[in-house]
Amino acid sequence: MAKILMQGCEAIAEAAVRGGCRFFAGYPITPQNEIPEYLSSRLLEVGGAYVQGESEVASVNMVYGASAGGARAMTSSSGPGISLKAEGISYLVSASLPAFIVNVSRGGPGLGSIQPAQQDYLQATKALGHGGFKLMVFAPATIQEAVDLAYDAFEYAERDKRPVFMLIDGCLGAIMEQVELPPMKEVTGKETMKINLRRYEDETRGPRTITPIYPEIILENLNKQDVKLYDSWAENDVKVEEFMLEDAEYVVCAYGIAARVAKEAIINLRQEGYKIGMIRPITLNPFPKKSFEKLNYEQVKGIVDIELAIPAQMRDDIALGVKERAPIYEYGRCGGILLDDSDTYNAIKKIIDGGNA
Amino acid sequence: MEYKKPANLLPIQSGYCSGCLHGLATRLIADVIGEIDQVDNVFHVLPVGCSTLNLKYWRGDMIASAHGRAPAVATGYKRVNPERLVFAYQGDGDLAAIGLAEIMSAANRGENFTVFFLNNQTYGMTGGQMAPTTLIGQKTTTTKQGRDPATTGYPLKMCELISTLEAPYYVARFALNSPKGVTDAKKAIKKAFNYQLEGKGFCFIELLSNCPTNWKLSPLDSLEYMNTNTIPYFVPGVYKDKGVDA
Repeated sequence: MAKILMQGCEAIAEAAVRGGCRFFAGYPITPQNEIPEYLSSRLLEVGGAYVQGESEVASVNMVYGASAGGARAMTSSSGPGISLKAEGISYLVSASLPAFIVNVSRGGPGLGSIQPAQQDYLQATKALGHGGFKLMVFAPATIQEAVDLAYDAFEYAERDKRPVFMLIDGCLGAIMEQVELPPMKEVTGKETMKINLRRYEDETRGPRTITPIYPEIILENLNKQDVKLYDSWAENDVKVEEFMLEDAEYVVCAYGIAARVAKEAIINLRQEGYKIGMIRPITLNPFPKKSFEKLNYEQVKGIVDIELAIPAQMRDDIALGVKERAPIYEYGRCGGILLDDSDTYNAIKKIIDGGNA
Repeated sequence: MEYKKPANLLPIQSGYCSGCLHGLATRLIADVIGEIDQVDNVFHVLPVGCSTLNLKYWRGDMIASAHGRAPAVATGYKRVNPERLVFAYQGDGDLAAIGLAEIMSAANRGENFTVFFLNNQTYGMTGGQMAPTTLIGQKTTTTKQGRDPATTGYPLKMCELISTLEAPYYVARFALNSPKGVTDAKKAIKKAFNYQLEGKGFCFIELLSNCPTNWKLSPLDSLEYMNTNTIPYFVPGVYKDKGVDA
């Protein structure tokens, strides 16, 4: 299939449509506006529906309604808007409704800045809403990878009866790259109707009762099912790129756009004889803990966590795999300032030579 | 005339307090859904508050939504299921406070579903706090000396607000404390559902109700309170009916 040049946000939107998305509701916020703009016309071409919500809160609740109504439903936003969607995301989880949610993230906290950042890692992986739950979180580093993950997002969402989340930064959303688009999936617009959404048996109930509220003993049992789900993710669904780890004495950990800058630096440092590799999580939930557990710590002298976030937010997850067998160093920029390739190169070099950034 | 059990109501004892008109509203809506043969086609969107109890009582497909968001949830559902009969049933805290943006925006888009607004001037489920519709001088757990407009403003008149919008097709208010009010309300419910099935657009029906428990009145006294206090402020009537005006 021929490759075409596409912008990140638009490519994700097109991949979602090809993956069966037939409903989108969203609210304008930079740097994700190209997703709703694209879908406002594209969805109509495939018989879907688009609504510009009055808020992020309303938009995610429209997705809640549309998913209950059978459609593969999607919303997108950036950090401040994802905070507003927290309510609806928690309800989607509670009601076992699939959905696809994208955060094209920017600097924070607060209104922060509209430039690219990776400061929503903790929100995405630990606290997307009240009640304590996790979503599968995809963190692609190229537009092709984003397309491939967005294309399959609804399959995971329907398998797990819970939304799938994608976290990219504003840079990946804005740049253009060559992509190969996958073929259109045949969908009826009633995909989630195939799922039994009644989470407990109640003979008095109608055929399709969708609820985010439960008697306490049933709720406890539902909470317990999450343990099995997360174990299953860790066992089966981890996606990770392991780059030049065989002889690595230092291992960089980075995701998304930061990983692309870091990879360039690693390749350049390799040419100077530095033995460096990289672990690049593609799924942030489930986190590739085993990649860190299985490293040879007789050989690995340090881990370098590189993010567009200060302090680095992935560090705690890395530490769970490293188990204090090597020091973890941090380097990054934040607030909407991108990583510079030569600064990143120098920072890694300085850590290796001097043990600090 | 044959008298039947409402087809859309399950044979379950009501959990509403004695004398509460929620039960009557629930029953009227269920009655009409049966009469127009929509039990298998209806989709109920429930709010947060006392009326979430209707999860147990109504028969057909339904979803419980977050506080105030029922019109957004109904929007999502109806847009992908235009053939279904969709309605939201909301209380005054849910609709006129936390969900004000959702109800006004859904009405303004002219979404083709129906909203029933139970106005009992208080937050019943949480124990009787001031609602956006609490009357001036009315005592609640958060306005112990009576609602004071100097700090809390005035009761929101939702029918009047919504009828100023261009899109809504049918906007009306009824009081459920008299036989005539109940009969008129039932006719209006049927009219609104039929408008929806004809694709006419957004219909809004406010049902004035009581809360004997939190008003701290006997059921009978609460009905009289409505006559002397509620109805003079929230005047029943048809505020907009494009089917007739046209």
